[in-house]
Amino acid sequence: MSHGRPAIAVVVFPGSNDDRDAAWALGAVGADPVLVWHAEEQLPRDVRAVVLPGGFSYGDYLRCGAIARFAPVMRAVAEFADAGGPVLGICNGFQVLCEAGLLPGVLRPNKSLSFICRDVAVRVERARAPFTSRCIEGQRLVIPIKHGEGAWYAPPGLVEELEARGQIPLRYDGADPNGAIAGVAGITNEAGNVLGLMPHPEHAIDPLLGSGDGALLLASLVDAAREREPALV
Amino acid sequence: MRVTVHVLPKDGILDPQGQAVESSLRHLGFAVAAARVGRLVDLDVDAETPEQARAEAERMCEQLLANPLIERYEIEVAAA
Repeated sequence: MSHGRPAIAVVVFPGSNDDRDAAWALGAVGADPVLVWHAEEQLPRDVRAVVLPGGFSYGDYLRCGAIARFAPVMRAVAEFADAGGPVLGICNGFQVLCEAGLLPGVLRPNKSLSFICRDVAVRVERARAPFTSRCIEGQRLVIPIKHGEGAWYAPPGLVEELEARGQIPLRYDGADPNGAIAGVAGITNEAGNVLGLMPHPEHAIDPLLGSGDGALLLASLVDAAREREPALV
Repeated sequence: MRVTVHVLPKDGILDPQGQAVESSLRHLGFAVAAARVGRLVDLDVDAETPEQARAEAERMCEQLLANPLIERYEIEVAAA
């Protein structure tokens, strides 16, 4: 079944600050974005994909992302992901997914201890639905990062396992900006339907504003959402 | 019961905050060989015995206070 403009939920935590940009960008690439407050216990029934946006949920208290995983909506997001629904976590959303155990590893403070805000190049290692189907393998995308805690870390054995299973679809091209293990810019769960990434595709959807490369990732997600049946959780 | 939890970066895990503190202390003229920066959580736990309080704190660390991938913790239970 194909849908014109699939509904994609953008979760709003207290302290999210890229929620509106994410919603705007999803709208620009053909989705019908729906902002969903963190206190909701269910996702709207017609939602076909979920985005956890960037920001500083719960003030980054304790560890970034550590408190957001207790938000009522996260149970529904976990059920949606378990049922195969595409879930994209951007920056703080990535941190939340790691702390919630939906993605492996954890995001640590940047090696430089500086907050980094600039365009970076990432290389597409896997081009496939639901997040990179509009890309080609080896493609170089220019997308901005803006984070203080973006150094992805996992113990050595785990990194090789993830690599072997193709769970590293996006890597920094050249030197990694933040000290991430194996240059990881984005990582998926084993099933491939949950992606966390530090670069912000929602800030790179128009060449007039620097780069349109992020639109490829978001449009891939919209394509996948269009093909999906609505959420039943 | 008073319980103090110390959470620290695991040995071998890069601790840029600790490194920055270490180099700043050296700038001040202190002979510091190494510094690690963690956090301290002070708890008032409702428990009957120190053992029970420690076991509760242990579970808190596993579920929330520490991320076992990168952090270790030490628990101190104050003498009653």
